Amino acid sequence: MKIGSSILALFVASVALAAAACGGGNDKSATSAPAAPVTNPVDPATAGAVTGKVTFMGTPPPAEPIKMSSDPRCVNPDAKTETVMVASDGSLQNVFVYVKDGLGNLKFPVPTAALVLDQKGCQYRPHVFGVQAGQPIEILNSDMTLHNIHAWPQTNQEFNMGQSLQGMKDTHVFTTQEVMVPFRCDVHKWMNSFVGVVAHPFFAVTGADGAFELKGLPPGTYTVEAWHEKFGTKTASVTIGAKESKDVAFTFSG
Amino acid sequence: MLLHLFALLTAVSTAVLIFAGGLVTSTGSGLSVPDWPNSYGWFMFTFPIENWVGGIFYEHSHRLIASTVGFLILVLAFWLWRVEPRRWVRRLGFIALGAVITQGVLGGITVLWYLPDAISIAHASLAEIVFCLTTTIALVTSPGWRSRYARRGPAPDDHTLQRLARITLATVYLQIVVGATMRHTDAGLAIPDFPWMFGHLIPDHWDPKIAVHFAHRVGALCVTAMLLVTTSRVFARHRQRLELLRPSVVLLVLVTLQITLGAMTVLSRKEYIINSLHVVTGASVLVTTLILTLRAHRARFGDAPAGSLADARMAAGHGHSGAAAGARA
Repeated sequence: MKIGSSILALFVASVALAAAACGGGNDKSATSAPAAPVTNPVDPATAGAVTGKVTFMGTPPPAEPIKMSSDPRCVNPDAKTETVMVASDGSLQNVFVYVKDGLGNLKFPVPTAALVLDQKGCQYRPHVFGVQAGQPIEILNSDMTLHNIHAWPQTNQEFNMGQSLQGMKDTHVFTTQEVMVPFRCDVHKWMNSFVGVVAHPFFAVTGADGAFELKGLPPGTYTVEAWHEKFGTKTASVTIGAKESKDVAFTFSG
Repeated sequence: MLLHLFALLTAVSTAVLIFAGGLVTSTGSGLSVPDWPNSYGWFMFTFPIENWVGGIFYEHSHRLIASTVGFLILVLAFWLWRVEPRRWVRRLGFIALGAVITQGVLGGITVLWYLPDAISIAHASLAEIVFCLTTTIALVTSPGWRSRYARRGPAPDDHTLQRLARITLATVYLQIVVGATMRHTDAGLAIPDFPWMFGHLIPDHWDPKIAVHFAHRVGALCVTAMLLVTTSRVFARHRQRLELLRPSVVLLVLVTLQITLGAMTVLSRKEYIINSLHVVTGASVLVTTLILTLRAHRARFGDAPAGSLADARMAAGHGHSGAAAGARA
C-alpha cells in the first residue's frame, strides 16, 4: 500500500512537472490587414538605380541530386539541390539583394497582386523570392501529392498548413520586414524556400546571370545587402544622385 | 494469467510507441501532418495509406500506434477494475489511462503550437511515465510477483538495496529528461566529437546547448555508476534471487548498449535509426531499473490474493480480514 502510494505520488509529481513546463506555447498575434494604400513618395524625375552583379569566387560545391524515393509521386532523377547555383563565369544565382538602410521613414504603396509560391515537382518555385510587407503570397500545390507548408519566421507569424490535393491554394501575408523567412515541407525534407520580406519595393533576386537592379530609388546614401542561404550576407554603401545609376559588385567565396 | 499477458502486451506496445516517437523526432517529421486530431482533414483512421509518404509515414504511424496503445490501456484499466482485487493496482490502471490521455493531448498541442520545447519535452518525459505504469501493472499481475518469488525462500527486505535502487531509478529518469531536453532543443550535436568534447576532457567554450549536451554525458556517467553500485549489491548479497539477478544482468547489458548507441548517435551525425534506438534503449533501462526496484521492495508489499475481486469482496463481507487486507495491499 505504501509503495502504491509512492508510485502514485511520483506520477502526480511528474505530471505536475510536465504541466508546469507547459506554460509556454506560442503567443501568436493575428495577421493584420495590409496597410492602407499610400502614394509613391519618390519623384520619378529624380529617381536613380543601383545595379550590379553577384559572383562566386573559388570552386563552388556541386549541386547534389535529390533523393526523392520517400514519395513515389515525387521521384525525379534529374532533380538537384538549388542551394548553390553558380554559372561557368562565376555568376551566383538565388541571391536576395535589397536596400537595408537609407530610406528613412518613407512609406511605399504595397502591391495587391499576390506573388505565387508554387510547389511543383516536389520543389518550391521560386527557391528564393522577395515580397513587400503586406503583399499577399499565394501558395499553390501543383503536385499530385500532399505538402505541408511550414514557415518559421522570427518576427512574423509562424504557420504550418497542409495542402492535400493538387491545385489547392492558400494565401498568406507577412506584415513585418524580415530577411529572410524560411519555408520548408516536413513531408519532403529536401523542399525549402526563402522569402525576403521588406517594407519597400527595392529588392531583387539574382538570376542565372547573377545580375540585379534596384530601380526607382530617390537620391541618397544607402546600405545595400546581398543575402545567400549558404554564404551569408555582404553589404555595400552606395550614394546615388538625381537620375544616377550606380553599379555595385558583391563577391562571395566558399 | 491472461490479464498479465495482456498487461505485458500493453507494456511492449508502449515500448514500440516510444521507438515510433523517437523516429518522428529523429527524422524531423513532427510537423509533417499539420492538423490534429485529423490528418490533412481526414479522420485519422481513414487517412488513405497511399498518402503515408515522406515525413507523414513516421508522424501518422506514431499517431496510429499511440491510438492503439491508448485503446489497450483503456481495456487494461477496465479489466483491472473488473477483476483485480488489489485497490492500488486498480487505481494504477486508471492512472495509466489518465496519463496516456494526457500524453495524447500533449502530442496534439505540440503539433498545433509548432513543437514548443517545453511541451515537446513534457511529451517525451510523460511517455516514460506511461511506460513505467504499464510495466508496473504487467509486473504486479505476474505469477512471480503474486507468489512473492517464494521458490527460493522469503523475498529479501534489504533496505540498502531498496534505497540504492530508488536513487538509481530517479537518476535514470532525470537523465532521460535531460536527454529529452537535449533532443528537443536541438543540442544533440552541440558537442560534435566523442569521447572528447571539442578535443578536450571538458568543453573549452560554453553555450546553453553545450551545457545541456554536457549534462547528458555527465548524466550517463552517473547512471552507469549508480547501476554498477546497485547491481553489485545484488551480485554480492542476492545472487541466488533470480528475480533480482536477471534484471541486474539485463541492466548491465542495456547500459553498455545505450552508451554505445549514444556515442554512435554523435559519430553518425544523428542517423535516425541509431538515434531512435538510443531513445527506446534509454526507456528500457528505466523500466528494467523500475522492475529491479519493485522486486527489491517485494517484501514490503502485501500478499496478492489468488482469487478475483468478487472473491476478495465476498471474503471482506464475511469478515475474512486476511483476504480483505490483501485486497487493500
